[in-house]
Amino acid sequence: MLEVRGLVKRFGGFTALNRVTLHVKPGERFGLIGPNGSGKTTLINCVAGAVRPDEGQILFEGADITTLPPHRRTRLGIARSFQIPKPFRSMSVRDNLGIPLEYTGRARGEGTGVDVVADILKSIGLTAKAHVRPAGLTQIEMRKLELARAMAARPKLLISDEAMAGLSSAEVDDILAILFKLNAQGITIIMIEHIMRAVMRFSERIVVLDAGERIAEGTPEEIVRNAAVEKAYLGE
Amino acid sequence: MSRTIPALALGVAIIAGGVLIASLRVNPYLYFAGYVILQYVVIATAWNILGGYAGYVNFGTPAFFALGAYTAVFLIQTLRAPLPVLILAGGLVSALLGLGIGYLTLRLRGVFFSIATLALAVVLQTMIINWEFVGGSRGLSVIRPAGPPFGSYVTFLFTVMLALAVVAVTTARFIERSWIGRGLAALRDDEMAAECMGVPTLRLKLFATTVSGFLLGVAGAPFPYYVTFVEPNSAFALDYAVNALAMPMIGGTTSWIGPVLGAVLLGSAQQLATVTISSELNLFIVGVVLVAFVVLAPEGILGLARRVRGR
Repeated sequence: MLEVRGLVKRFGGFTALNRVTLHVKPGERFGLIGPNGSGKTTLINCVAGAVRPDEGQILFEGADITTLPPHRRTRLGIARSFQIPKPFRSMSVRDNLGIPLEYTGRARGEGTGVDVVADILKSIGLTAKAHVRPAGLTQIEMRKLELARAMAARPKLLISDEAMAGLSSAEVDDILAILFKLNAQGITIIMIEHIMRAVMRFSERIVVLDAGERIAEGTPEEIVRNAAVEKAYLGE
Repeated sequence: MSRTIPALALGVAIIAGGVLIASLRVNPYLYFAGYVILQYVVIATAWNILGGYAGYVNFGTPAFFALGAYTAVFLIQTLRAPLPVLILAGGLVSALLGLGIGYLTLRLRGVFFSIATLALAVVLQTMIINWEFVGGSRGLSVIRPAGPPFGSYVTFLFTVMLALAVVAVTTARFIERSWIGRGLAALRDDEMAAECMGVPTLRLKLFATTVSGFLLGVAGAPFPYYVTFVEPNSAFALDYAVNALAMPMIGGTTSWIGPVLGAVLLGSAQQLATVTISSELNLFIVGVVLVAFVVLAPEGILGLARRVRGR
């Protein structure tokens, strides 16, 4: 579904990504981990289109999307949530969802129905807050809004960028349950996360980045036993 | 859509009312002052399409306004073109400038964009000062065409500006309520998030800068016939930059009615002050009112009204 080939991104003299290659299969729950500064977010920014890579290719469903602007990728079916929530502050929760719904719907010639918003809000548990502005939301509700808004773009691939950072254990379970539910609906999910318990439970396959390089790939069990990963996180 | 037809009907009725008012034989100064207020309705509304809806603060209003005025001067000098042609041409030339400014938003956001627009006004004024054909720094006398369709030429211009105000406000209202307006609001709140949610932000910004530029040029095009003497200092006056920003801020930037309210209130106050006290006091009034609003009611009169109703 998503193929990243030999991606290189440099910021000045700093190489944030060094020939990273990975492949995500349709319907997969894919985990992306690595210590701080390992290039996870840069990789995701390249996939979503916010950052243009210096070398390499990104293919989505077989088509080369390396140079497409972000909004075109969203219309193709890639949606993301942001690590630091970026809600549309002047709009209610419902209207926040209305933007992706309307814009992707127009581009694809689909409807822009209100019932879709209601369905998404219900499945994510924000129905009661539909008319509230983002300023009136709690931290976890804000994270849920990020996911809900990404869902309103009706993606095939959802990239969840640290949707759980800073949440309590029960809240992490709450978000995890939502992501499992979305995956069961057929949406491929890439999870970027520091909370190991969550990534290990959620992912079917994990890729580990360290200093811009891919150092490991495997099932959660394999990753836990991988010496290189241990070294990257804990040092020698 | 069902509310579009009544809105259009209201617009036509307002213009018809204007023609009627123009045929009244009251003090001609009232039309003279009314023209200025209506001109500010157009300017404030045009500014707000970019500044209010999209959140890009334009300090270069005089550049767009004067470009409309000087396009008209050029066409009067060369072709003695009729007023409708002047208005359309003035709008189109300013729209082109707007499109150019739109591409600046690729690299310049927030205050940096504003500084660039300020520089634009200075550059353009320097160019005009050195262009003798349109009067250079000395200015140029423009002779009004003989025989306006009705009334005197000032009452005729008053009606024309009223019609332009109706067009500007209708355009703004249409944009605000369409998918374009919702997209602009999204990119005003967070450009990155909007882009990632499928909003073609660059295209929408170019649309906003072009339409805003067009309407500012339209407001400037009848200016030569109104003042009959055009010179750079009055066409590029600081008043336009300050008022274009202050009027929507005072009225409220999120709705089309905000700039209209601001322009009518502030414009009238300025006209009144000019007659009763002194013309130097204009900008002082704007300054005081603007500071008061920014401190006490940052969302303008509309925000105040909403807060009162919310209680």
